[in-house]
This record gives sequence, structure tokens and C-alpha cells, in this order.
Amino acid sequence: MPVLMELFVTFTKIGLFTFGGGYAMLSIIENICVESKNWITHDEMMNIMVIAESTPGPIAINCATYVGYKKGKLPGAILATLGVAIPSFIIIFAISMFLEGFLEITWVARAFQGIKMAVGILILDAALKMIKKMKMKPLQMGILLASFFIIMLTNVLKLHLSSIVVMLTAVLVSVAFFLVEKGHGKEGQA
Amino acid sequence: MIYLDLLIGFLEVGLFSFGGAYAAIPLIRDVVLAHKWLDDEMLSYMIAVSESTPGPIMVNLATYVGSNKGGLPGAVISTTAVMLPAFLIILFIMVLAKSLLKNPYVQAILGGLKPCVIGIILATGVYMILGNCYVETESRVDITAVLMTCGLAVIYFGSRKFIKKGLSPIGLICLAAVVGMAV
Repeated sequence: MPVLMELFVTFTKIGLFTFGGGYAMLSIIENICVESKNWITHDEMMNIMVIAESTPGPIAINCATYVGYKKGKLPGAILATLGVAIPSFIIIFAISMFLEGFLEITWVARAFQGIKMAVGILILDAALKMIKKMKMKPLQMGILLASFFIIMLTNVLKLHLSSIVVMLTAVLVSVAFFLVEKGHGKEGQA
Repeated sequence: MIYLDLLIGFLEVGLFSFGGAYAAIPLIRDVVLAHKWLDDEMLSYMIAVSESTPGPIMVNLATYVGSNKGGLPGAVISTTAVMLPAFLIILFIMVLAKSLLKNPYVQAILGGLKPCVIGIILATGVYMILGNCYVETESRVDITAVLMTCGLAVIYFGSRKFIKKGLSPIGLICLAAVVGMAV
């Protein structure tokens, strides 16, 4: 099989058989791309994980683009990325046609009442895991707490403040601190 | 123009979502609530559906919202938009700037962005849990919901002490669905 075709087929399979999103996919991607296909090395896989952590977007997409580009340049990157997304696209598109009628069934609605609680816990868990992994300096701690309280307030008071605005402010604060520190460093050397 | 709104909305989600699926939900929530594409109720349903179907959760959500608001073209636009920033950034890093992430300015930007994102995720999780446990129309605390949430949290976090990786998210969702039907 030509490599482009193989990339597309392999990543379609990955997209079709991985439930539970990004982190669950990583172990399957590693299993296929490192161990069975030898497309990338174990070190490269670690590298991808670090890059995926520091760049936005779905982790599976980051991985597919990286492996696809490495094995097949731009066409490879495009085919691998499309491959990983196509199965969920087709499935969700089909589901979206009848979901609302499905939710009107009483026992389904009650099940989803329970699921709402689970989703809250899962989001909390995602935040706690990220806190554990992150190297926190006082500045980072401050930004984290400030963002937390700002978003809580906007939620409780039902204000309209986009979280993008909060993020851009955090970036400005962090870059400003970096520039000030850098300035001090130079004075110290002089 | 719904297609343009979908495009810009999901580009935002794709560009600012760090740290995987559940970490992206607060941002998705922000965007879909602002455009009134989904409400909190419907968003929770969709998260559950995304969990129970294969593929990245962000892609699933984008496809659903897009198809719901703009049919097949809407689904294609939203799904492409949510993937595009990740695709372009990885290409950019691989082709032009292998050491981009080590650049001190990029580090300074990420040093502000990441804790902020964590703060937002934390706030959304806490707010969703509080929202589930409080009946707003009657201004009272829903005791059943409090007990359910505590029970599920104890099982979810506690299970890590007994099984190596603990209960998986999909396991927790199934359990919660069963409990929801039984209560």
C-alpha cells in the first residue's frame, strides 16, 4: 500500500476505535505508530505529547498532523488529519438528525440528569490533573486564582465576559512580568 | 450569517483549547452559550454523546453544533474550523520552527495562558457542580443532587486507590446514567 493511503486508512481506524477523547487516544496512537508500524520512535512520541500539551486543539489532531507530515509531508499531514476526524464526523452527523426526539423519552432524560453530574466531576478532574502537572511559580498561581474568581463571578452574576478576554489579559500580564524580569537581569549584569 | 459565526466560533475554540477534551469544554461552553447554539442542559447531553461515540470530543461537538445550526455545510465548516488551528500550528512547528516552543517569549506567553486556562476550567467545573445542586427557580438546594454528586465523586476519585487507572470517564458516565434512571 502506498504510504499516503496507509496513513489515511490507519488514522481512520484510530479515529473509529478510540473512545473517550485525547488522552485515551494517545496510547493507541503510540501502539500503532511506534510499535507496529515503526513510523516514529518512542522519543518522538514523547516529543509529540509535549508539543500537543503546549499547543491548542484536539490532541489526536496534533498527533495525526505530526505523524502524517513526517511520513508524507503536506499531503500526508492532510490525509492523516482528515482520517482521524472522518469517522466521528459521520457518526455525529447521523446522530444529530434524531437526537432531540431521543432526549424526549423520559428514561433517557433521567439518565442524562445523572450524566450532568458526571460531566461536572470530569471537568473538575481535568483541572486538578493540569494543576498537578504544571510547574507553578507565584505569578502562575496568581493568574490561576485570579482567572478562577473572575470566571466564577461572571458565571454567578451572569455577566457577559468572554473567556478569551481573560486569557489575553493573562498573556499580557505574563509577558509584562517577563520583560520586567529581563530588564532587571540586564541591569544586574551591567 | 450562521456559517461565518460557526467558522469564527470554532476557530476560537480550536485556537484557545489547551489540555484535551474536558479542558476544552469551558471554552466550547463559552462560545455556544454566547451564540445561543446550545444551553447548559443540551451541552451536557452532547458531552455524554461525544464520550460514547469514537473520536476527539471537540470534533464531535463541533460536528453536532454545526449540523444542528447549518446542516451538512455547517457541520463541515465547524469541524474544519475546530481542527484547523491545531493542524496549522503543528505544521508550522515542524516545517519552520522546531525550537519555537523553547523561545523565551513563547514560554512567557504560555506561562500566562496555561494557568489562566486551568483557572477557567476549575471555575467551570465548580460552577457546573453547584448549578446541578441548586434549583434556581425555587431558590433551594437539591439534596438528592448533592448526595448523587458526592457519591459519584467519591467513587470516581476513590477508585484510583483500588484499580490502577481508576474508573474511566466513560465508566463514570455510564454509572451516572444508571444512577440517574434509578433515582
